Amino acid sequence: MSDPITRPGVAAPRDGADQPGTDERRPGMSERGIGLLGERKKARLEELARASADKGGVSLVRDAIRRLRRNPVAIVGASIVALFVLMAIFAPLLAPHDPAQRFDELTKNLTVDNIPGASSEFPLGSDPLGRDFFSRMIYGARQTLFVGVVATLIGLSLGVLIGAISGAFGGWVDNIMMRFTDVMLALPALLLAISLVAMASRSSQWTVIFAVAIVNVPIFARLLRGSMLAQRESDHVLAARALGVKQRNIVLRHMLPNAMTAVIVQATLTLSTAILEAASLSFLGLGDPDINRAEWGLMLGVDGQRYFEVRPELAYYPALAIIVVALGFTLLGEAMREAIDPKNRR
Amino acid sequence: MSLLDVRDLSVVFQRRGERPFTAVDKVSFSVEPGQTVGLVGESGCGKSVTSLAIMGLLPQRGNKVTGEVLFEGANLLELRPDDMRDRRGRDIGMIFQDPLSSLNPVIPIGVQVAEVLERHQGMDRRKALREARQLLDAVGIPDPERRLKEYPHQISGGMRQRALIAIALACKPRLLIADEPTTALDVTIQAQILTLLKQLVDETGTALIMITHDLGVVAGLCDTVNVLYGGKVVERAARHELFARPRHPYTHGLLNSVPRLDSVRGERLHAIRGSVADNIPWTEGCAFAPRCNYVVDACLEGAPPLEPTATGGDLRCNNPVPVEVTVP
Repeated sequence: MSDPITRPGVAAPRDGADQPGTDERRPGMSERGIGLLGERKKARLEELARASADKGGVSLVRDAIRRLRRNPVAIVGASIVALFVLMAIFAPLLAPHDPAQRFDELTKNLTVDNIPGASSEFPLGSDPLGRDFFSRMIYGARQTLFVGVVATLIGLSLGVLIGAISGAFGGWVDNIMMRFTDVMLALPALLLAISLVAMASRSSQWTVIFAVAIVNVPIFARLLRGSMLAQRESDHVLAARALGVKQRNIVLRHMLPNAMTAVIVQATLTLSTAILEAASLSFLGLGDPDINRAEWGLMLGVDGQRYFEVRPELAYYPALAIIVVALGFTLLGEAMREAIDPKNRR
Repeated sequence: MSLLDVRDLSVVFQRRGERPFTAVDKVSFSVEPGQTVGLVGESGCGKSVTSLAIMGLLPQRGNKVTGEVLFEGANLLELRPDDMRDRRGRDIGMIFQDPLSSLNPVIPIGVQVAEVLERHQGMDRRKALREARQLLDAVGIPDPERRLKEYPHQISGGMRQRALIAIALACKPRLLIADEPTTALDVTIQAQILTLLKQLVDETGTALIMITHDLGVVAGLCDTVNVLYGGKVVERAARHELFARPRHPYTHGLLNSVPRLDSVRGERLHAIRGSVADNIPWTEGCAFAPRCNYVVDACLEGAPPLEPTATGGDLRCNNPVPVEVTVP
């Protein structure tokens, strides 16, 4: 995996571009100057350079993507995530039935110790309320993706805000912010999330999202603050200061973009923990009280657990779905971290 | 009036609970418009700290800068931070040692050149990019149109240093400070970069402060040379004078230690004995005394003063190398 990146035809002429004519020019005899390099030679150089031109620059991002594509772990992770996202987007097309509708064919046979199993019309059978379990699984992807993504984005934005302010100002501002995040980090994530949900007067989908988001804020803030501080000492920030670049631009243009890579990777990893945390809250009955909403954590916690002896599939499928999706995001995140890590660059 | 007049510049680093360390000790020198002045010395002699102090780029805490840095008569050390920021990049440019780490890795070269033009000359992005293209061309980067869009890691070390020079000279500053601009480059590229610097400085009339530990660089470029040792100027002389008749034992030792093509085969290189760690504080004598071949008793009784020499330079030594002893 760590084979050196070779771009055929690019390396040689590029390096060559600096070399011609060096044998004739030493500092001691600098009077000859660059003008004597010869227009012909210069034209030849430009020609070489143009011949080796790939279209535009290979940016950091494109470089990382290229490396990701060679990594089987990344492929597996990305496939899982893609499948999951497609399922969420096209849920109405994929699902054979309305997830909230109760079917007479199913409720008819529904008793405390019998839940109808698979039939041609209902591929995974019924849930305890006589709804189509298969459709509910598919719609659950939607819910899970939504909660995971929104919670991560909110956590990311707040974390970046706190981390950037901390790292940019340093001093007492940094101190106050970091003690604040210390307090949050001191509590176990799930415990903190439960306390936050419990604080809400009426639980809904959004209380879950906010609880999960806030749990992740200190992680992002810490990470960004650390790399911002490292950036502050970096040579290119010193160089920017030597050019008289304004403080605001130094922070926004020179420090923040360089510090963001770690945070963006962390965001992919956080997606999986956010999904797990949201599912945990639902499992514990702290999520959305709407019984019509299809949510894997809720399906696992309420239906799956209660009817485990009657129909264990009601627990197996949501559990499996949660595990696979979380795994997919984790694999993708880890692969991204590896791809972006400068230590792995050629 | 000199373009830059550094008077008794001292930088003392002090941390709570630690003994203060004087990195730069009453250094004075001046730079005339268009002149190239060398600051030479080994690692830790205060070269870079001097340049950072001139630019006002030392960390705000933990150090004390005293003395005067007069740039066209205005004391830079007393300017408000905003005014100093306006001057950096516009009046005084700076080139750093490591061309890779001095460029922002996530911004294309072109934007980095354009940034300083936007900042100081109020150009819009498009105009600045057009100007940047010309600047890259002027510093000898082939196919500048394409380089504008490339990122620092995609171009070679020599080209990065060229790009940095383009950035530093973008606003046609009157003074350029080059802090070991060739140290991170290999020898052939070094020669090119020095030639380019000399050419650009001659063309634009920019004064240059060349900070280096490489006497070859000094020999090719500088009009006047200041030799620093332990944070103090120990010898100042015109280039030819310095190379022909080094008076300070340290300068003499440095020149002696340069490998020569015409030396006898198998002959050992001359070295200055000891290391910087052997220095004694200037308050107790000459910092170089423990390593000096010409040491006399007076050297351990307080720092010798910097005194003018007959040849128009300055020298801080009790027992200078006799004029007759030339470098072999």
